[in-house]
Amino acid sequence: MIAFLVSAIRFGMTLLFGSTGETITEKSGHLNLGIPGTMCVGAASGCVAASLYYTAASGNLNPVLAVLIPLLATFAGGALMGLIYSFMTVTLRANQNVTGLVLTTLGVGISDYMVAGIEPHTYSSASIFFTTSLPFAKHLGWFGELFLSYGIMIYLAIVIAIVSSLVLNKTKLGLHLRAVGESPATADAAGINVTAYRYGATCIGCGIAGLGGLTFVMDYMLGNWEYVIDSIGWLAVALVIFTVWRPNFGILCSIIFGAFYVASSYLNIDLAAKALFKMLPYVVTTIVLIIISMMNRKEDQPPASLGLNYYREER
Amino acid sequence: MSKPDTIKKEPLIHITKRDAISWQKSMLIRAIAIVCALLFTAVIITILAKQNPFKVYASMFSGAFGTPRRIWNLLNGTCILLGIALAVTPAFRMKFWNCGAEGQTLIGALAAAACMYLFGDKMPLPLFFVVMTLICIVVGAIWGLIPAIFKAFFNTNETLFTLMMNYIAMQLISFFMLIWGKDGSGTLPNMPEFRFPKIAGNEFLLAIIAVLIVCGLMYVYLRYSKQGYEISVVGESENTAKYIGINVKKVIIRTMIISGALCGFVGLLLVANGSCTVNTAIVDGRGFTAIMVSWLAKFNPLYMILTAFLIIFLQCGAAQISTDLRLDKSIGDITTGIILLFIIGCEFFIHYKVHFRKKTKEEHDA
Repeated sequence: MIAFLVSAIRFGMTLLFGSTGETITEKSGHLNLGIPGTMCVGAASGCVAASLYYTAASGNLNPVLAVLIPLLATFAGGALMGLIYSFMTVTLRANQNVTGLVLTTLGVGISDYMVAGIEPHTYSSASIFFTTSLPFAKHLGWFGELFLSYGIMIYLAIVIAIVSSLVLNKTKLGLHLRAVGESPATADAAGINVTAYRYGATCIGCGIAGLGGLTFVMDYMLGNWEYVIDSIGWLAVALVIFTVWRPNFGILCSIIFGAFYVASSYLNIDLAAKALFKMLPYVVTTIVLIIISMMNRKEDQPPASLGLNYYREER
Repeated sequence: MSKPDTIKKEPLIHITKRDAISWQKSMLIRAIAIVCALLFTAVIITILAKQNPFKVYASMFSGAFGTPRRIWNLLNGTCILLGIALAVTPAFRMKFWNCGAEGQTLIGALAAAACMYLFGDKMPLPLFFVVMTLICIVVGAIWGLIPAIFKAFFNTNETLFTLMMNYIAMQLISFFMLIWGKDGSGTLPNMPEFRFPKIAGNEFLLAIIAVLIVCGLMYVYLRYSKQGYEISVVGESENTAKYIGINVKKVIIRTMIISGALCGFVGLLLVANGSCTVNTAIVDGRGFTAIMVSWLAKFNPLYMILTAFLIIFLQCGAAQISTDLRLDKSIGDITTGIILLFIIGCEFFIHYKVHFRKKTKEEHDA
């Protein structure tokens, strides 16, 4: 049972990065369907950076640098994807859905290419520093295992989710951002720079989402690349709905999603039932989506101008 | 924002919307964009793969047109993609962002395989073909109907809803494959005895003809029928539609039934005129690519023939590159992605004019 929960939390936090990033992006009115591609590129950038550092340090890895360098590279890689997306949708006013889908294709291609070009052992060796937990966790029994046995990325995911939730709801910056996502024309009239907010939120959001890809490779897969990051990305997009656009609530939701995802391997059921089990996150998300639209509560709705570009001259 | 005491400065770049652009000019801009994209990818290929880009493009052409077999594959691929693009078009024209074509096609393909597996041998073949076609169309329509009902009555976000439906369809397929796959391998056996007959000895011709007919019908439907007009009005402004007495809910539901039914039909073609079995990768992301095809063609069914062809050509070419030059398969994805980004980006220059400060109305292209 504990092992199941631990595994659910580890997988869930991968999703949490993606959903927090996508929530920030969606709050600005950008429905970024390029998140799966972004997570791939983020993970690949991190792996390449880890590999370069491994070569540069000729195998003698400094624990702090071995974590920090891939982390920054991942964020930069993700943010770069966000920059392309924003350039296309804000500056060139391209359709958001189409741009996002192209970026997913492009991102998967780029990440496959990047990873194919490096030796697996060079980046997987950094994985051990990502999964190192607090030394005294082992002595605290089930408590230690459940709460303290994770690598740094898991805690980082929670911190980022809480911080973004605070920024979104308690600060002026967050208020402006939400205004941009709800009604860009009103925000513009109030003197908020819609373009800057949309660029900023998308780049930061994509950077965070990229970290999810890195977490999956370095923590959940223990340093092995697997070609499923894009499908995890779609799960993260689904999770945003499930969290009703609240990163702090997302911490719990992502664990539930993680539990759905890993449950099939812990239950003693046949393969066919497992396939049905894997359907669960999507079914639940759909039901949540239906319920929030039926209840029609203002607090639970997607940002009003989600998916719509803003043209000042078309007000 | 702006301080009142600063001198009013003309911005460096300013943008105006074009009223109308001549057909030739818009084509020229698109052509320039494609050339730029090819140059850009050439640079990328040279840097990344250290290959001569011209060699890469040459192998791209041979991959698409090299042998009669390849040409037929190209045409078949184009028609399948065109079919799905035609299916999403009516929904898109009414600004219903149907991202669920993948799932609707998958479920159609599953229905076709299920028909073959469950009662293919219980009735005469011609009757079976009719029954199978009807079932696939109905199942696809139902898959499209579900999000439409919720959109119509509760205004549920259709992009996210249809996305989720894709994955539900995918998992349903793996579920049924595990149940029906006798050897426990999780794959259905090939059932070529239930394949659609060849026309003039060619296995692809049937699908190509069917999709071209659908393409013509769709053009007429959208352009000249009352229902097509209603779709356009709902897409332009829901309030206008309500004001002139169009039942918006009915239009949304009816259009999504058409959209889903057509996807189901393409799913049928994929199975009954193709693989004769089903797996989760049978649609292979074409439900998403079709969105681009439809959008690039400005939702015009006739232009879609061109855009679908362009994308399939890129993909066939990219597949050939990776085998010919022993490059990683991903180069194909990267090339396709970059070219599509350029084409999407160039739309901006078709709709807007860019003016630079102190220069009189200078044209700016991709």
